[in-house]
Parts: sequence; structure tokens; C-alpha cells
Amino acid sequence: MLTALYIMLGLALALGIMLGISALLFKVEGDPLVARIDAILPQTQCGQCGYPGCKPYATAIAKGEADINQCPPGGDAGARALADLMGVEYKPLNAEHGLPKPKAVAFIDENICIGCTLCIQACPVDAILGAAKHMHTIIASECTGCELCLAPCPVDCITMEPVAETPDNWKWKYPVIPIKAIPADGGHV
Amino acid sequence: MNSIIQFASKLIRGQTAETANVHKFHGGVHPEGHKQLSTTLPIAKLAIPEKLVLPLRQHVGYIPKVKVQVGDHVLKGQMLAEAEGTVSAAIHAPTSGTITAISDAVIPHPSGLPDMCITLTPDGKDEWTTLQPVDWRNTDKKALVASLRASGIVGLGGATFPTHIKVRADGKSQVHTLILNAAECEPYITCDDMLMRERADEIVKGMEIVKFLLGAENSIVGIEDNKPEATAAMTEACKALPDTSVKVVPTLYPSGDARRLIHLVSGVEIPHDKRSTDVGIQVFNVATVLAIYRYFTLGEPAIARIVTITGSVNSPRNFEVLFGSPLQTLIDAAGGVKAGTTHFIMGGPMMGFDLPTIDVPITKAANCIIAATPNLFAPPPPAMPCIRCARCADACPVNLQPQELYWFSKSDNFEKARDYNLFDCIECGCCTYVCPSNIPLVQYYRYAKSEIIAADKAKEAADLARERNEFRLARIEREKLERAQKHAERAATNKAESAKTESTKVDATKAEEVKAVPATTESEKPASSTSADDAKKVAIAAAIERAKALKAAAAQAGESQKKSEVTTADAPDASGKPVQTEDEQAKAEQAKKDKQALIAAAIERAKAQKLAAAQAGIAPKNVEDASPAVKAEISEIDAIREKAKQAVKAQDSDSEA
Amino acid sequence: MNRSPYITDAPAVSIIMLKVLLALVPGIFAYVWIYGGGILVTIALATITALVSEAALLKLRQRPIRPYLSDLSAVVTAWLLALALPPLAPWWLVVVGTLFAIVIAKQLYGGLGYNPFNPAMVGYAVLLISFPIIMTKWPAPLILAQTQLGFMDQLHFIFSNTLPTDVKIDAVTSATPLDYLKTQLMLKHEVSGIAQVPIFGVWGAKGGEFVTAAYLLGGLYLLQQRIISWHLPTAFLATLAAMSLVFYAVNPAHFANPLFHLMSGASMLCAFFIITDPISGPTTPRGKLYFAAGVAVFTYLIRVYGGYPDGVAFAVLIMNMCVPLIDMHTQPRVFGHTKN
Repeated sequence: MLTALYIMLGLALALGIMLGISALLFKVEGDPLVARIDAILPQTQCGQCGYPGCKPYATAIAKGEADINQCPPGGDAGARALADLMGVEYKPLNAEHGLPKPKAVAFIDENICIGCTLCIQACPVDAILGAAKHMHTIIASECTGCELCLAPCPVDCITMEPVAETPDNWKWKYPVIPIKAIPADGGHV
Repeated sequence: MNSIIQFASKLIRGQTAETANVHKFHGGVHPEGHKQLSTTLPIAKLAIPEKLVLPLRQHVGYIPKVKVQVGDHVLKGQMLAEAEGTVSAAIHAPTSGTITAISDAVIPHPSGLPDMCITLTPDGKDEWTTLQPVDWRNTDKKALVASLRASGIVGLGGATFPTHIKVRADGKSQVHTLILNAAECEPYITCDDMLMRERADEIVKGMEIVKFLLGAENSIVGIEDNKPEATAAMTEACKALPDTSVKVVPTLYPSGDARRLIHLVSGVEIPHDKRSTDVGIQVFNVATVLAIYRYFTLGEPAIARIVTITGSVNSPRNFEVLFGSPLQTLIDAAGGVKAGTTHFIMGGPMMGFDLPTIDVPITKAANCIIAATPNLFAPPPPAMPCIRCARCADACPVNLQPQELYWFSKSDNFEKARDYNLFDCIECGCCTYVCPSNIPLVQYYRYAKSEIIAADKAKEAADLARERNEFRLARIEREKLERAQKHAERAATNKAESAKTESTKVDATKAEEVKAVPATTESEKPASSTSADDAKKVAIAAAIERAKALKAAAAQAGESQKKSEVTTADAPDASGKPVQTEDEQAKAEQAKKDKQALIAAAIERAKAQKLAAAQAGIAPKNVEDASPAVKAEISEIDAIREKAKQAVKAQDSDSEA
Repeated sequence: MNRSPYITDAPAVSIIMLKVLLALVPGIFAYVWIYGGGILVTIALATITALVSEAALLKLRQRPIRPYLSDLSAVVTAWLLALALPPLAPWWLVVVGTLFAIVIAKQLYGGLGYNPFNPAMVGYAVLLISFPIIMTKWPAPLILAQTQLGFMDQLHFIFSNTLPTDVKIDAVTSATPLDYLKTQLMLKHEVSGIAQVPIFGVWGAKGGEFVTAAYLLGGLYLLQQRIISWHLPTAFLATLAAMSLVFYAVNPAHFANPLFHLMSGASMLCAFFIITDPISGPTTPRGKLYFAAGVAVFTYLIRVYGGYPDGVAFAVLIMNMCVPLIDMHTQPRVFGHTKN
């Protein structure tokens, strides 16, 4: 009886020491959690999550104050990745924060633009060029499609143009395989 | 164990001594060749069509820059578009004529999407521009490569990689062996075969030039054993070139894949993350070498290629076709299609794709056009579940595990797919060819690859956006500090001197440079305070009218035109605008009253919009239970927003006063 | 729109399954010759049960019935299970086993292509655990039986478990050599002495060895047709032979010779028909070698030290569990990659 107890105690002690040593030896210096969450977020900086940017949202998630399903531009995949990282159950996107939509970039109608610079101040990534009383224009490649410039524009000269599909950005589609035999007449294009 | 099996299978198959010294690769399949269809007739020249449509995107890499305008008359061989960026290729006029359009048209691409094309209407004279042959033996190699960059020559085997990149010395590795890819392993395609039968001498002369450019000592011609005539012709012609041998490889698809061919003829396995030049080998296609020969000795740029037209046409054969020729003219020249033809395939049946319509031009990539009928290419039966039979793994020339890749691609498990070397897949189609369950495996890999590439691009864009956002926040912070400092300084100077206006002016111009609103409003203060109330109201009404009218007009005018202008042309222009001259300021003074009223009206509306937005719940929320750190961050950004609002308000109250 | 490759050259799944069935035919012939026509009834019963239950489950799972029934995979499962059962197994045993194989082991896991365990072996194992007496009571081969049962008698026995009035059950059944060997060894008899009993044939079980040889013939046909790869049967038979040879060499009095192990029980059926099931097996060439060797090791151990006369079913199921692990660790070297 006593022997068994000693063996158990000894084992527990030995294993504990081993675990302690390996924890010290194989310590993994990971990125801080906020940075890892921020890496998943799409960096649209749109504020749809209820926070004034992606980094604040990432901070809030890390602190456990925000849910993982508040980022429409990140889409379903983003919510899944966040759930994965945070080790929580996946949740579908919260519709309160908006729905995912195809990527679009802002476009300024230069005939209407009065050069008020309000959009320039609103742009979170400095993707709008121009100066006071001069026409503004958007650097399409740097626009994240956050739509933050739409509301401040006093003359409604900014519209969101969906990014068109070109042979350059075209993607192969998910193969559609009919499980039922196709009728003989309509089988081939 | 494997060697015993291989020995036994060699005995059973009765392998010929001729192909015994090649280094076999794993897998591969034996699709029926159908090559005799198009080899009975010699290569013919396709007549100049009534219209040539030249897509700008005919190669891998950047789109070339158009150098002509609609209405220009061009000569045969004249450059229409110039290579731009490192990996790019020029486009030349295939015949003399007039440029009649530069617009979007459907291009031969699996997407079926339109792209920018130059349309040339031939004048029928077929008049050459002044050709400038190059004395390559006595010219500096750098100059030769630069000259090749203007030739428009790309890999004509189908990969369409700009050739000048391939002969450019990278200073890291020395190429010792040139391998001529004459395997042509895809069924139906015979353009290289016919070229070797008819123009072996010119090909070998081209090899000589390429060898010189690369500085290679040896060259090997790799031909599949189903082309005895071409082998004989090339063996004869190669006698003229020292250290050159013709190596016959067994007919086994995909032996024409560059890495597979290198392994076959030299036994070298190119590491997956390296290029063949890193181990001193470079591979060129037969037709590419011939094009190089014609460019250097005759001065002719890339304006035509050999195209196999086969399948369900009345007289399948090979044609020399000018780039941009409509597919229809090629079909007509081949005697038209047989009854039951449903569509056309560009490339071979293993790796080609359905052409979206018959109204597409022949491009540099078009090595073969197959008229397809449901009889020739039966629609696949419905796919069954994978039974893990691993026939695909046995057939894979890269020794991948296609059944695993399928599983990962199907379930969007892209990380795992990448781990299992999805990007080593050459999309040869062997796996689908042998799949008993009729699963379109390659399609899954294409899908997964393009999703991964798109995700990588999105990640890059996100990283850029993060960087720009962080930079912006830092800049705002810095400006805040600077302003506070300025304020303090100004207060100090105010006490000491009475030169008040001077400092304001300086401040204003400085602030304008960094596009901050407070500065803008400050500079407008004196003017607005003098304006009368009545005049302002009238001006507001007028301004709103004008804005509305402008908007209506803009809506009516073609929007698409503007779009393209903005994204391309205007961006650099706009960046030059912040620089203001005195003249401009004077001009602005004139229109100031109007403009100011307009701004006032606009701001009114902006406020209303913002209010509406706040009511709709766009403004930040969920902040009640946030941690101090988050709150601090939010309040910081809110402060910035508040400042902008203050500025707006200040202007408002000013104009009302 | 169609996508490349536009051409294929692959036998359909149904053709592959048909060839497997075809390869079983010599074995069935030998079976009928040795044990009588009762096995045909068992096979028919299993086939009908398999098809009906598969159709019902497909309907419940809202999957198209025709393409999945016509792939013949359910028939292969049914035949393999039927051939593994004792020839005069009562009808309900056949039905229960087949139902378990098709419904639980196959359809509930997602149907064709998704079952992690060999359905026939799951069915067999369930029956062996639940009804050990019936499952180990084999009829004596016709040549050894004191009383010959006709086809109608066998049919009657299968469905009503009654024999003709003048026949006793002991007259038609006998222990299998593997079973007999095990019990006799426990009684401290020596192999050479035990093997003198008439149920032992030249290589394996008297009569049964012909069935085994017929399976080998069918297996060679599958190899020739490239339906199965050489890795699995070769590794299985070689490992089984090597293992029994080592034990036999150490103590021939206590361990049977390698040939006996290869030619008795379900060795050949296992080597060519059971472990070659691609769905529940590994896919990499090296993995196939490990998998088959593992099955052979467990088969031998269960035969010699386990509680059951033959260990094929359990050995296969144990190794099925290891398949994902085997596949993961036996990935072949990809072209242009260095071995890691």
C-alpha cells in the first residue's frame, strides 16, 4: 500500500519536474495576441465592427470584449480564422454589423467634386489625393473599400465601384459536378 | 525492390534500346496520339485576313504600352506596343494597314472575359517596315538581349514566357546545356513536328544563336519516339552544330513538360524551388528558337506562328498564321468544320481550354485549335465519390498524392493543400485521365491554386493598408504636437510683437500642405466674414443647383470612360496638384464667394448625413464595456474626428456671423 | 462548360467492382465443390440484403439510388462477408451481418468512399463477437462428412435450422484446422501429431486448401488486370510467411509451418480481396507495405495467442485505424523535393 503511494508520488514529482523543465526549454515566443488577430483582419479600417479600426477591434477581441463575428469584410472565412485562433466556437457573421459584399473601390466624380478635403481626412489609409479647392482622386490600388469617405462628402460625388473581373484577377471556379446524369440533350456547351 | 520490378516490366514491355538510356519519371499516361490527322499535308500559309485583332495580353507578365493611336497607318513588323516592366513582351503589326480600334474584345482565355486589343485593318500591300538584322556574332550580349526584348518573341510552346528573360544572364549561374523541347507530348498537336520536318536547318541555326546567347557548350534535342520523320530531319541538321545530340524519349505524356524533359534527357531533377538555369540548363521550344533565328538574321519580329487546326475539320493541317487572325479564317482554310462540331478547344485535349466563342484571334499561345464534337470528347459521366484507389497517384508525373490534394481542395483546406505541395502540380491532367470516379481533379487544383493566389494578394493588400493606416495615425499624432507647439510659439510672439497677420498666413500655407482642415478654414475666415447674408443665400441656392445639374450630366455621360481615366491617367496628375502658385490663388479669389457658399451648403448636408448615420448606428458602439486601453485608443481617434468636426463648426459659425 | 482534360481512359468504378466479383468466382466454385451449394444461398441472401439496405439508406440520406447501387460496391461487400461466414450459417446471421456492414459501417459513415473500416470485416467482427458458437461451427468438407447433405437439405438447414430426421448436427460439422490446432496445442499436444487428424490436408485444411488456392488464382487475375497493386498481397503473404517461419524454426513442435498459415483460414481471401479494399486502406505505396505487413502480424498473433481461431477480421480493423497515420508518414518524395 505504502509502496504504491510512494511510487505514485515519485512519478508525479518526476513528471512535474520534467514538464517544468520542458516548459522553460521549449518556450515558444509567439506574436502578441493582438498582432495575430490583427493579421487575420482584412485591414479595411471600415469601423463596421463598432471600433474605429482594425487594430482597436483586434485589441478588443484579445481582451475578450468583442465577439469574433463583427467583421463583414473579413467574411465567413475571417470569422472562422478568428474562431480558430481564439479557440472558440465559430459563429456566423452578426448581421447587425453589416453583410459582406464584393470588394469595391471608391470613385470620385471629378465634375462634382468641390475639393473640400473632407474625404481625405476620412480616408483611413490616405488613398485619396488632392488639396483644398482642388479636385480629389482615389488611388484605386490602395483603396480598401471601407466606404468611410461616402458619408462626409458634401456633394455625394463618391460612389463605390465594384472591382470588375478581368483576365488578370479572374479565378477558376469551384467545380460543379452533377451527381445525377445530365440529360443527353443539354449536356454539352 | 523497385529496380527488380522495373527490370521485369522492361522485359515484359520489350523496351527498345533506342530509348533505354533515358531517365524515366514517375507516372505519366499514354493517351491516343491522333497526330497523323494533321501531318499528311505540309505547312500552308494562311492568307492575310480582313481584320487582325491583337490582344495586349498574349504573354506572361505585364501588359505592354500601346504606342499607336486609332487611325495610324502602320507597316508590317512595326512595333504597336512596347514591353513595359521586366517581364513583358512587345507586339508588332503582322501586316501593313490602319489601326481601326483600340478597345476591349474577347480574347482566347479560359475566363472568356474581354481585354484590351488593337484592331488592325490590313491594306493588302503587306509592306515591311525597314528590317534590321543583327550581326549577333559581333555584338555585345547585353545589346542582343535588349534587342530581343523588342522582338516580341515569347515561348511558343504554350507557356508564352518572354524569351529575353530566359537568355538574360543573371550573374549567378552559368548555363552549360541547352535543351530543345521537341517532345510535343500532347495528343493532336503537330506544329512542332511539322516545323522540324520542314525547317530543321533554320531551327538548328536558331539553336546556334541561343547557345551563343546563353554561353552553353552542349545542346540536346529531346523528341518523342512517335516522330521518326522529325527525328531524322533534326539528326541530319544537327550535324552542322558541334556538341549537339538528338535524344529520342519514349512517348509518354507529359514528357514535354520542361522539368520532366530535363530529367528524361539529362537525369537532372530540378529542385522544386529553383529554376533550371540554377543547375545550368535552359529549355527552349522548337518554334521559339526558329523565331529567334528569323529575328536576328532577317530582322523579322514575332508576327506569326504555326498553328495546328485539327479535330472535326474537313482537312486538318498546320498553317502559318499571322497573330490576330480571326479563328474563323483558319477554320475556313482547313475546309470548314464537319457536322456536329459544337465548340473549339485551344491547346491539346489534356491541358487546353474551351474557347468562349469563335470570334477570337489566334495569339502567340495558340499552338493548336481542335474542333470538338461530343463524339471526340464525350462529356464526362457524373462524378462518383473518390474510392482512394490511388490510380491518380500512380499516374502523377510529379509524384504527388492527387487524392489527398483533391480532398483538401474540395474542402477549402488550402493550407493543407499547400503543405502537400499543391503548387508543384503542373496541371497536366494525368490524374483526371485515369480517375475511375470521373472526378475533375485538375479543376479542383486550379480552383484551389487561384484561391490561394488571390488570398495571398489580399494579404499583401491588407499588409499595405495596415502600414498606411499606422503611418496616417502617426502623422496625425505628429501634426497635433506640431500644432500645439506652433500655438505656444504664436502666443509668445503675439505678446512680443504685433505682427499677427503675418504668422497666421505662414501657418495657413504650411497647414495647407498637409491637407488639414483647420488651416483651410482659417485661410477663408476673413473673406467669409465680410460676405453679406443675402448674397450668401442666393449663392447657396445657385451652388446647389449647379451641383445637381453637374451630377445629372455626369450620370448621363458615359461613366465607364471616366472610370478608366481616373484609375490610370489621373492618379499621377492629381499628385502634382497640391503645389499652388500665386496665379492660381488669385484665380481662386475670384470664385471664392461662390465656392464658399457651396461649401457651406455642402457642410450643412454633410452634418445632416452624419446625424442620419449616427442614428442608423454607423458610429462606434459597444464601447461601454471596453477596457481602458481600448477606450483610450478609441478616444484618441475620436479626438481626431472631433477636431475635424470643430473645424467644420468654426467655419459654419463664421459664415453665419 | 467542359474543362481539360477532355479525354479519359479509366475503367468505371462499377467495372472495377465487377472484376473483383469475377475474381471471386473460382473461389466460389471451389467452395461449392467442397462444401456444397449452400454457400450460393448465403451469397444470394447477403447480396439481396446489401442491395435493399443500401437502397433504403440512400433514400433516407436523399442520395440518388441508381448510380450508387450500380457501382456494385455493396455486392462486393456482401460476397466477401458471405464467403467469410461458415457455409451453413443460418439466414438471420447472414442478414444481420450484411445489414451491419452496409448500414452501420458504410452508409452511416457517408457511403461509398467515406467508410474508414472495411464494411465486410466490421460485419464479420460483430457476428463473431455476438454469436461466437455459430460463427466457429463449420461444416465438415463433403469429402470428410459422415453424412452428405444435399442442396435442399442445406437450404432447409439455413432457413429453419433443422436437419433431416436421421442426421445429427455433429455428423455434418467439424472444427476447422486452425481451431482444432489451437485447442489441441492447449492440451499440450505437438503439431506433428495434431496434423495427423483427417481434417488436415496437404498444405492447410483438407478441402479448404482448394478454396484458398482458387482465391489465389482470382487474386492473380486482379493483379494482371491492375485492379490491385502488388504491394498489399505481397507484403501480407511475405510477412505472414516470415513470421510463421521464425516461430516454426524456433519450435516446430508448438508452431505450425508457414505453408499451413498461408493456406488455411482466410489468408488468401484477405491478401487479395480484403486488405485490397482501397477505401479503408492506405494510398501510398510504402503505406500499403506497412499496412499489409501490420495486418499479417496481427493475424498471426491472434491466430497463435488470441482467443479466436482466425484473426484476419480484427487485424484488418486494427490496421484500418492506423491508415491516416500511415498515409501521413509515408508520403512519397515529390519530384524536385529532397527527402525529409
